[in-house]
Amino acid sequence: MSDASDRPAADAAPLIAPGETWRSVTEQIGGIPLSKTSRGWLFGFAVAFAGLMLFFLSVAWLLLRGVGIWGIQIPVAWGFAIINFVWWIGIGHAGTFISAFLLLMAHEWRSSINRFAEAMTLFAVACAGLFPLLHLGRPWVFYWMLPYPDTMGLWPQFRSTLVWDVFAVGTYLLVSLLFFYLGLLPDLATMRDLAKKRWKKRLYGLFALGWRNSAVHWQRQQKLYLLLAGLATPLVVSVHSVVSFDFAITILPGWHSTIFPPYFVAGALFSGFAMVLNIILPVRKVYGLENLITRRHLNALGCVMLTVGTIVAYSYFTEALIAWYSGHSFEIYMMRNRMLGNFAPAYWFLILCNVVVPQALWSRRVRTHAGWLFLVAAFINIGMWLERFVIIIQSLHRDFLPSSWGSFGPTFWDWATLAGSLGLFFALLFLFIRFLPMISISEVKELAGKEGGREN
Amino acid sequence: MNSPEFPPGAQEWPRGLSRRKFARLAAASAALAGTAGCTRQPLEKIIPYVKQPELVVPGKPLYFATAMVLEGLGRGIIVESHTGRPTKIEGNPDHPASLGATDAFMQAAVLELYDPNRSKSVRHNGSDSTWAMFETAIRERLESGPVFLLTEKTTSPALIDQIRRLRETFPEFRWHHYDPLDFSTVTGGPPPQVPITLDDAEVIVALDADLFGEGLANLAHIRTWARQRHLWENGQPVKLYVAEPDVTITGAMADHRLPMRASEIAKLAEQIISGVVEGPEWVRKVVEDLRTKRGLLVAGPRQPAAVHEMIRRFQETDRQLSESEIPGGLAALTEAMRGGEVETLLVFGGNPAVNAPVDLGFAEALKGVPFSAHLSLYEDQTSGLCQWHLPQAHFLETWSDIRAFDGRVTIMQPLIEPLYGGRSAHELVAAMSGDAERRGYGVLRDFWDSLSEEAWRTALAEGVFEDPRSRSATPSPAFNDAVAVPDPEPADQITGLEISFRADPCLHDGRFARNSWLQELPAPLTKLTWGNAVIMGSATAGRLGVENEDVVELSRAGRSVRGPVMILPGHVEDAVTVHLGHGGDHGFDAYPLRTMDAFWFGDVLVEKTGEKQRLITTQHHQDMEGRHLVRHALAEDYRAKPSVIQDMGHPPAEDETFYPPSPLPVSDQQWGMAINLNTCVGCNACILACQAENNIPVVGPEQVALGREMHWIRIDTYFEESRVHFQPVPCMHCENAPCELVCPVAATVHDSEGLNVQVYNRCIGTRYCSNNCPYKVRRFNFLEYNTGVVPPLNLQKNPNVTVRSRGVMEKCTYCVQRISAARIEAKKEDRSVRDGEIVPACAQACPAEAIVFGDINDPESEVSKWKASPLNYALLGETNVRPRTTYLGKITHG
Repeated sequence: MSDASDRPAADAAPLIAPGETWRSVTEQIGGIPLSKTSRGWLFGFAVAFAGLMLFFLSVAWLLLRGVGIWGIQIPVAWGFAIINFVWWIGIGHAGTFISAFLLLMAHEWRSSINRFAEAMTLFAVACAGLFPLLHLGRPWVFYWMLPYPDTMGLWPQFRSTLVWDVFAVGTYLLVSLLFFYLGLLPDLATMRDLAKKRWKKRLYGLFALGWRNSAVHWQRQQKLYLLLAGLATPLVVSVHSVVSFDFAITILPGWHSTIFPPYFVAGALFSGFAMVLNIILPVRKVYGLENLITRRHLNALGCVMLTVGTIVAYSYFTEALIAWYSGHSFEIYMMRNRMLGNFAPAYWFLILCNVVVPQALWSRRVRTHAGWLFLVAAFINIGMWLERFVIIIQSLHRDFLPSSWGSFGPTFWDWATLAGSLGLFFALLFLFIRFLPMISISEVKELAGKEGGREN
Repeated sequence: MNSPEFPPGAQEWPRGLSRRKFARLAAASAALAGTAGCTRQPLEKIIPYVKQPELVVPGKPLYFATAMVLEGLGRGIIVESHTGRPTKIEGNPDHPASLGATDAFMQAAVLELYDPNRSKSVRHNGSDSTWAMFETAIRERLESGPVFLLTEKTTSPALIDQIRRLRETFPEFRWHHYDPLDFSTVTGGPPPQVPITLDDAEVIVALDADLFGEGLANLAHIRTWARQRHLWENGQPVKLYVAEPDVTITGAMADHRLPMRASEIAKLAEQIISGVVEGPEWVRKVVEDLRTKRGLLVAGPRQPAAVHEMIRRFQETDRQLSESEIPGGLAALTEAMRGGEVETLLVFGGNPAVNAPVDLGFAEALKGVPFSAHLSLYEDQTSGLCQWHLPQAHFLETWSDIRAFDGRVTIMQPLIEPLYGGRSAHELVAAMSGDAERRGYGVLRDFWDSLSEEAWRTALAEGVFEDPRSRSATPSPAFNDAVAVPDPEPADQITGLEISFRADPCLHDGRFARNSWLQELPAPLTKLTWGNAVIMGSATAGRLGVENEDVVELSRAGRSVRGPVMILPGHVEDAVTVHLGHGGDHGFDAYPLRTMDAFWFGDVLVEKTGEKQRLITTQHHQDMEGRHLVRHALAEDYRAKPSVIQDMGHPPAEDETFYPPSPLPVSDQQWGMAINLNTCVGCNACILACQAENNIPVVGPEQVALGREMHWIRIDTYFEESRVHFQPVPCMHCENAPCELVCPVAATVHDSEGLNVQVYNRCIGTRYCSNNCPYKVRRFNFLEYNTGVVPPLNLQKNPNVTVRSRGVMEKCTYCVQRISAARIEAKKEDRSVRDGEIVPACAQACPAEAIVFGDINDPESEVSKWKASPLNYALLGETNVRPRTTYLGKITHG
């Protein structure tokens, strides 16, 4: 690492604005859930809620008719459902990375955004977790994928990566939830103490589990928090590696590739950080949190995106290189078709989104400018969805036997389910913003203390 | 008893049950019992199954021999019947036109039988009537004046005899016939005489003759040809030359194929016969081969009589005989109708209002007939123009008889009582003769009274017998005084575009247009389902400025129809081909373009309309992309180097693995299949045989367009340079099955006999298996596809095969139900299953014997012998999935 004096200005910028006190932090963050419902929030929630209703409608129709309402067929037997699954689970990765990995690495800048990122993770994993269930031909028997002792003595087929998915995603959801809740405990207690209304006090108090700010509480909470962080960190790598196995263990050209695990993990972080930015930037603006989420945070997030984005770009390059180097005619055809075939526009647009546009992040001005950063992140989110589209649809639509080649056209219900899942995600996010402190009060107060804030 | 385990009242008599309470409870029970009695009970007296009828055992099918009639000739079939309901049709091995094989039409007949849309009642001027009323009415007409009868072509000895005797009673009675695929039935002249055997030929030259796809000897032709070409072991198997405008399955199998307009075939025949050694290389080769080898020159029935006459003079061969006396033609009948001579017209079967040559004006003339009746399976356009519609009994509900192409006779026996109260032509003619009570059996038994009871039983059981009655090659008109109209001069010079009409390979002349199995069956070359197209070559399309799916308007003789373009490699230029028999909701009706002078081909104007129409095909890509999927070599290369086929791929060695052999139990018998690409003619019989056997649903045009057809076996068609290849693809039953690895719930697993089995009840529908299947043979129930199976269609279902519901994956099982049945039989006799005892539905239907199934552990089994051939190769062997189904590479004459 270079000397502190060489550091660019943005890195040296304070993590929170100077002059913040413990009290000001508590009142600012804790005040948001306790304030009156704003019109803006109502409007935003209404839009998200409409999306959620669309999701329910799509799911109801799906359960009524079957997966045939989507555009999937033979050979493209997986479509939007699996694309959305991989996309959402990828988005979920940033949360754990920011909370757990950066905690272990003692990157203090995570404190202002970790709560947000964790909430995002939970909601994204919730969205992601629904898709593999919904995409089943007979979703009502999804539990056959779980290892439970049934009367016929049947167990899941453990060689199948879909069973690994169940464990990976299940573990991930559980650990993320625990981690989120554990970090929330002191803040729930703060909210209990801040709340004026009796029922609010009761409710926050209930979930605060009797937190009394005692040193013993803190000592135990911190120890467990660190332990959970240690547990969660490998999950960052494992979950998306397992998801990538869904593709990598098959024999399908375009899927059968050893680079998939690192490639998918990098891609997951890429989209996860992009989604954090896409959400946090408007929220920061609306709720005036520039003093807590400073340019230094933006810069750090931008740097991470640039790093993982480069890994992703390298993976694209390797995929193409290995297809050519293998001399395997099916692989070569697949790659040529990816670049020149029916779905070439999707491929080149994803290259634009994920490789070309992120190059703007080399510029510090872009990294610290909320507007530009938002735009780049939006491109990355779209690009990462397209990446999964290309991997799944394009590889499937033309495989070994030209006689079975097909195409893919999404139906209204494909789009509705995707839009609906966004509705579900944002509806949950709006509720989170409305009822819980979206920034960790206790951690930011710790920072405020370190940054020279006063203790009153 | 006060144990808490028993809820109050569950076991013990209620305490303190008073007399009153008892009476109340009893009354309530009686009332409830009464409501249960409100369900509708059948009116008929039911008979308890006290004494089981002999032979009828649930779960044990019975087999009956009968025949299916098409174009007036019969093909022997064996019908499988489960407790009285026919479910599946197989070929009759003793019948000359079947030889144990079937085609798609025979397979689909069983669906037609149960079709709930078949007509169910006698209709008179649009309202329901009765058979008795019709019988009274027709008797009156017979007494009062001449009655004209129009039938389809028939060779039924009993029916012809009945009509002959009716004519004796009513001398003014007239009989005409019409078949939309036989021009002689329009003119009333003698039918074209096509050769009935290819047996002795070393070289076959087919001029616009679809020997394998059309005509009623096609299955025999395929068999003869395939037996010679089987493994290329003995010397010089028969060589096939084909000249044709479009690509038929015969052309696809040709060693040398010459695209040629139908109108130029006559000139080509002349060239060949005169032995001119000039022109295209194809002609020179043909002339050379015909000079040095035993050759057979055949012209198709689409060619004018002059061509047939020319060829008959060139070489004398066994030709098809016909009844010595033939009915009059449609042209003469229509003439009489227009002249007002026809006061009474009976139409038995067919749909001439639609498929008569349009310039005859049959439909118009029919409207003017004062008394007309149509006996048919469906209320169709002809029924609509007649005063009376009479529901016809299906051939599986009928006693009748019919000749094969070689004159042998099958007595057709019914498998089931008429489902919809239909009657047969025999019964109708009997009623006209004044014997309304006479049923088909009586008519038949009386006609064949020369057969002793024993001979009769044998004839029924065997399904075919030699008939001593006379037949002749030069039939004469006998049933009317009308003279045959002369053939119109065919236009031998077509300067513009030529249109060529062909019977649809799936719908025939249109009679099967209501059969959803046949509608959804992909046409052999175009892979079109649920519709037809204007088929043309790429240069012609380029000249017209059209591409696939562009709608064009075809016009000739003042009429026009519209249809989408489909470009077919190998189609002759400056010509278009349309398949007849479509129309209504699916495809376009090409009959309006068909006139007397262009019954099979003529000139046409093609104009682009600017509209688009989706072509619904099951294979969108017919280029192999340089992959060795169908391996093909020339005969000389194969002789020089027998490993030429196997050298085209490099599958990894079996020991190239880190894994120990599977610890699972392995049975002594290991099933495998081999498919011979030398002999598969792409006729589609296997697809429908599989559909009928395995309860495969029909999904409809929208679902097929999406790519969700359910056929377990498909036939891939590839065009490679000037050749066409067919490759049937069922599940390969891979030993290293990639599908099994990825299923999260073990719904697809291996059994001890090497089958890759699909457990429907365990399947949760992840479709992961399909993604990982390199052959894409798995089929998924994306929606509930069996909602259309309304009674009585459910009766067709094979009781030994599960009907799959929505959300489960399915695929070829190697007909595991047949394997089980054979295994059970073998166990009962304490032996192992014999070779050839298990025949999957596809192999059984195959006229080319191109599919063989058996134990690959037994070196003496047929399948092992095939797999030992140097032609044997595994499709996509390099993926190391080790398929149990392998192919025999294709060798052709250079």
